[in-house]
Amino acid sequence: MIDRTFDTAHPEPVTVPGPQGDSPGHGETTEPVLTLKGAQQIFRTPRGDVPAVAGVDLEVRAGQVLCLVGESGCGKTTTARMAAALADPTAGSVLFRGKDVASMDRKERAAFRRSVQYIHQDPYASLNPVRTVYSTVSAGLRRHGMVKNHAEARRVTAELLERVDLTPAEDHLDKYPHQMSGGQRQRVAVARALAMNPEVIIADESTSMLDVSIRVSLLNTLGRLRDELGVGFLFITHDLAVAKYFAWRGEIAVMYLGKVVEQGTTPRVVNDPRHPYTEALVSAVSEPDPDLAHRKDRIRLREADIPDLTDLPPGCDFHPRCPLYAEGDCDSVRPPLVRSHDRLLACHVVTRG
Amino acid sequence: MNDLPTDPGTDDGALLSVRGVDVGYRTGRRTHVTAVHDVSFDLHPGQSMALVGESGCGKTTLGLGLLRLLPRTGVIPSGEILFRRKDGTRVDVRTLQKENLRRFRWSEAAMVFQGAMNAFNPVLRIEDHFVDTFRAHENGRRRPRREILEQSAELLEMVRLDPARVLNAFPHELSGGMRQRSLIALALALRPQLLILDEPTTALDLLTQRSIVERLAELREQLRFSMVFITHDLGLAAELADRVGTMYAGRLIETGTTRDIFHRSRHPYTSALIDSVPPVAGDLHVPESLPGGPPSLHALPPGCSFAPRCAHALTDCDLTRPTLDVLVPRGEGLSHAAACLRSTDAEIHAEGVPR
Repeated sequence: MIDRTFDTAHPEPVTVPGPQGDSPGHGETTEPVLTLKGAQQIFRTPRGDVPAVAGVDLEVRAGQVLCLVGESGCGKTTTARMAAALADPTAGSVLFRGKDVASMDRKERAAFRRSVQYIHQDPYASLNPVRTVYSTVSAGLRRHGMVKNHAEARRVTAELLERVDLTPAEDHLDKYPHQMSGGQRQRVAVARALAMNPEVIIADESTSMLDVSIRVSLLNTLGRLRDELGVGFLFITHDLAVAKYFAWRGEIAVMYLGKVVEQGTTPRVVNDPRHPYTEALVSAVSEPDPDLAHRKDRIRLREADIPDLTDLPPGCDFHPRCPLYAEGDCDSVRPPLVRSHDRLLACHVVTRG
Repeated sequence: MNDLPTDPGTDDGALLSVRGVDVGYRTGRRTHVTAVHDVSFDLHPGQSMALVGESGCGKTTLGLGLLRLLPRTGVIPSGEILFRRKDGTRVDVRTLQKENLRRFRWSEAAMVFQGAMNAFNPVLRIEDHFVDTFRAHENGRRRPRREILEQSAELLEMVRLDPARVLNAFPHELSGGMRQRSLIALALALRPQLLILDEPTTALDLLTQRSIVERLAELREQLRFSMVFITHDLGLAAELADRVGTMYAGRLIETGTTRDIFHRSRHPYTSALIDSVPPVAGDLHVPESLPGGPPSLHALPPGCSFAPRCAHALTDCDLTRPTLDVLVPRGEGLSHAAACLRSTDAEIHAEGVPR
């Protein structure tokens, strides 16, 4: 379990929502829609236990974006699956509007399923190839009895397609996935999620497979859902440029080996990263500008390879690679995620200084 | 046909002179589709050229075509791919016959394929890949396995891998980054003059990407090979390339130094691509979206292929296909050239507008 002790020595205004029950003075106006409390997922394997997610506290609010970034294997997708109740946490809980998802009855669970929708990474795999767009998008509407008859289902589906910029909708209703481009397919996946009037959309690398040119327009479409319909997003990406653009007014949580190591408002985390891992990530980005690319300070890690989850180093997970590694606590005590200035940080060296 | 700045014949200093190359695929008994149209460029020793563009623009087809590694349905109906070999003789890769082609590949020009995952044979250890490669290219004398392994170990050390761990491993036992580095070491085994890399860092994590990019830059300094790399990651191009070629619908539509392309692009497609990737550093830069996709190769528009998506298209653009015209002539294939009717139009290329 993560031990959160909050450093009260810094009186700066706090923009990061803490875990439940933390300091009532912080004026978050909206209640979180989706809350992960110490959510943990340990996979038992013959090689030993794999702590894919080792206790995370996250909150998603209506109309806000919480972006999870990190390398593959750091637990982003497992976190998303727990948030969508596709996997039960081995410890900790997932709360929807304050109610534990695990203790929901049938009816509540159905409402939860409608309200939290998932968009997968690969639009080539996530759409059923033998179903038309109409059939895919309206499946949920029909299943949940949200439309009365065929005519209404088609009308509502057409409206949804317009919303995700598949216009004119009539042209797309009866297409099969193979007749569409990757970007269009991903829009169908978004329309399908939107059909349920969700309060939260969990988007797992939803733009990674798309060409750069299409990526931006899909992000803009998602941004409109966020701003106009007040949909909250748990947005997962490994691309910092995408994270920065989509979550500019939201928050970023950086994950490393199953734990959040830094969390704060996007402009602060991206432009002034404090955790050495975040710093390394930001410095590793190849900028689309040759002058900037050559000018940029690159952080050298002490080791290039990521440790095995079944054989984690003692102390801080990042210490074997960390450029700030110092004698003392780094290799013996696991740093807790504590508030430091304007964000949450898990690093002995940075929080001390 | 020859749009290049330098003299229309072959450029003597060039390592690779590509002249009017078309690459197509047979799609049926009498049908075929041309995936690469009339591409010409000169690559000089030590240069690193990035080919950028959306998926389906012919980048990979061109890269494979340069080494004649196309699938069986692939054909190169016209053009010349002149390559200056280590012994100074010049060959046309397009007409090389079986054995000569086999010898040419790897020892003169090697390829690093997309997806290091699939490039290795999963049932062979890494050391066997090295041994096979060296054996296939030795001249008569059979080298002892030990000698080959020693050399392989040196190659792996060059890409910062621990030979003791890697040589004996099967591909699945290595991480994606280690596999990609092993693949680069293997590609460099016979000291080729040219390395063609297809999406070398796609699907790798950010920090792993960084270590590959840095290794490649160092190796290029050290071994002085030339590179053609295919990528849709413009950041990678900005960093690793000296020059960039933009491809659209099978044609090279703009070519120039990295600075030309990123700071003074004269083709609306290149500019749109660059504008769609926001930099991570600094304040929020709102990227521009570029709606639509490249046209079908079966039904290319009669004029400029980009005209239907272009924000600056004039009526003439739908009728006239622009040629790749030189805007700033420079030696060694570094001229800035763009295939756009409005490439010199001051209205859309206001001078000194920084991004």
